Amino acid sequence: MSESAADPRYAPVAPPKKAVKLSWSDPVFRGIVWQVVIIGAVIGIVWYLASNTASNLASRHIATGFDFLSRVAGIPIGEHPIAYEPSVNSFGRALWIGVLNTLQVSVIGIILATLLGTMIGIARLSRNWLLARLAMTYVEVIRDIPLLLHLFFWYGIVQTLPAPRMALHPMPGVFLSNRGIRFAELVWEPAHTGALLALLVGIVLMVFVSQRATKMQEGTGLRPAIWPAGLGALVALPLAVWAIMGAPFEWETPVLRGFNFQGGGTFSPEFGALLIGLVIYTAGYIAEIVRSGIQAVPHGQVEAAGALGLRPALVLRKIVLPQALRVIIPPMTSQFLNLTKNSSLAVAIGFQDFVSIANTTLNQTGQAIEVIALIMLVYLSISLSISLFMNWYNKRIALVER
Amino acid sequence: MSATASPDTARERPPALTVGPLAWLRANLFNSWLSTAVTLALGYLLIRWVIGFVDWGLLNAVWSVPTSAQGVANTSACQAAKGVGACWAIINDKWRFILFGRYTFDDQWRPAICIALFIGLYVVSAMRRFWRWELGLIWLVTLSIIFVLMWGGVFGMEYVPQDQWGGLPITFILSTFGLAAAFPLAVLVALGRRSTQLPAVRVLCVVYVELVRGVPLISFLFMASTLFPLFMPVGFNPDKLLRAQIAVILFAAAYLAEIVRGGLQALPKGQYEAADSLGLSYWHKMGFIILPQALRLVIPPLVNTFIGFFKDTSLVLIIGIYDLLSAGKIALGEPAWQPYGTEIYLVVGAIYFVCCYTMSRYSRGLETEFNRSVRR
Repeated sequence: MSESAADPRYAPVAPPKKAVKLSWSDPVFRGIVWQVVIIGAVIGIVWYLASNTASNLASRHIATGFDFLSRVAGIPIGEHPIAYEPSVNSFGRALWIGVLNTLQVSVIGIILATLLGTMIGIARLSRNWLLARLAMTYVEVIRDIPLLLHLFFWYGIVQTLPAPRMALHPMPGVFLSNRGIRFAELVWEPAHTGALLALLVGIVLMVFVSQRATKMQEGTGLRPAIWPAGLGALVALPLAVWAIMGAPFEWETPVLRGFNFQGGGTFSPEFGALLIGLVIYTAGYIAEIVRSGIQAVPHGQVEAAGALGLRPALVLRKIVLPQALRVIIPPMTSQFLNLTKNSSLAVAIGFQDFVSIANTTLNQTGQAIEVIALIMLVYLSISLSISLFMNWYNKRIALVER
Repeated sequence: MSATASPDTARERPPALTVGPLAWLRANLFNSWLSTAVTLALGYLLIRWVIGFVDWGLLNAVWSVPTSAQGVANTSACQAAKGVGACWAIINDKWRFILFGRYTFDDQWRPAICIALFIGLYVVSAMRRFWRWELGLIWLVTLSIIFVLMWGGVFGMEYVPQDQWGGLPITFILSTFGLAAAFPLAVLVALGRRSTQLPAVRVLCVVYVELVRGVPLISFLFMASTLFPLFMPVGFNPDKLLRAQIAVILFAAAYLAEIVRGGLQALPKGQYEAADSLGLSYWHKMGFIILPQALRLVIPPLVNTFIGFFKDTSLVLIIGIYDLLSAGKIALGEPAWQPYGTEIYLVVGAIYFVCCYTMSRYSRGLETEFNRSVRR
């Protein structure tokens, strides 16, 4: 570039600038006219709707603005990750609990659906005919039935569970009844927080150690064993911190008292049905994505890796998966977004996610515009964060081309 | 030829385990100890499940129950079979409500004809022989007939207000009209998003598409049921179904626009340049050269989107419109029938499955047909 700039013969020649003719045959002029017309029409429609809205609001005596957020909500909320009292706390806090509930079900759902979907996707490629056929049937049936029907079906099943008095007891500390899932919970002590922090420090240490090992491998061809360091940083360090701080270990198990269980952690039947429905439905889509991603890796790659003498597990980890991931990640992102948006169907079975609480708020305050704007804002920010994260990850694993 | 002559080299059967059904079994079900274990475990579970289902759904099922003079079903037979047998009597009793909703009982032949017309319309549209401009005319005529049949009020048919419609026709109406109206809008938005000459229009289209795709359909439906009346002049209040229909159209258009844009991008640049060099105007270029090719490319994903929206129309339940799924749910509201949700959901699910599975098989068939030139 610099040479061509020095040599006048290669200097870039700007195309001759044409003056905009005020004639219909000039595309630039035409473009400007069209844009003015279209934008004008859009502004006109918006203005018309806005003026209608203003007169409607005036005739119904609804004040606009977000003041209602600080008013006392009075909405009873069954599941709240943060403290909440209907007669004390505001609409703002109620809505925030809705956001937390939505995030909770989405995050758990995304993790479980990815696990289940990957397993089914791999099962579809199994050499075992029966397994492959069953996986295929799962995918076909699950994807062709509306999610809402899945949710109703599972909610119906969850409700037919026995009463707490005769709760199912599949493993120690877990009770299944029509009041939801009760499970034993660890009594949280500062020592546990300490152990978690130590684990975090250990992970950071391990990242450094493995980077150094990679550098040494690139330099000398030999990779030093990093598992002793890993054992120390990830297992021994947190354990030691926990032991030094008194090694507390106490479970709080649910106890049947009267008509329901007391103590321990709990998932409501609504949460359970929503989670099961979302996971089973989305896993069907993820399975197809995983299958097509793995099939997109040319078979020659596997054969070449085998010819180099790599073991099958290593072939999968080092050759097939990294290439398959490039195909898998973009559609997977949109499935994660779908799951998050679909979690709003909670309103149909009575789990109080964000849309459900926002809808109640709307009915109680009548602030339709503000509430709908909030719904859009929250979902747009969640969608945007997920796609930003997935785009970053996609860029990280993308093929580096010349 | 000499091989048959010599007795030494008489034709020998291959070893039993290399060809035939035994070999297939060995290769596909029992080729390693792990595979054998998986086959046995899955086979055991499958057989047990099938036996259990046949017991529950066929052998121990209750097919009909007596109804009292007031029309209240006596479900004691179902209650006795609860847990061991299905209560198909609920379907026997409620199938007309599930299919047609609250439509006037004596006039339910009208929605039945509508369902048949819809199915006929889909079948005709699926046949490539009919992919001509006349197809648009067929659509227009059929959809008008469907509306006349549903509304009534002419030709001696009784008028049936919209809030009495329900069941399968609503599902068909919402998805078919939604897609039919969203499609032209989607093409315009896709063209706008691709346009280089009109940056302001491009920005407008991008904002519209991304805004709609970022929020759930439910929030759109809420908007239709609460905001729409606010937007309209005082006193003008369109009915619920129309509002939901507009929401579905605006929502579907954003998704379809992205698919159409994919088709526009997949077309080689030479096609655009060739059209330009012939001196065609923008609309001639798009209408005669670009869109016919681009839309053909995206028919399979369009069908898949149609399947998605066919399923998603069930969400109108949340704003109180009685489509197929809502009708099933309302049928459950009757106290006598309340515990038999599983049966209803299985039947409604089967209807959705048949519709969607047919469409997805069709879309896959088209895809293979279109890729014939690419495939080796």
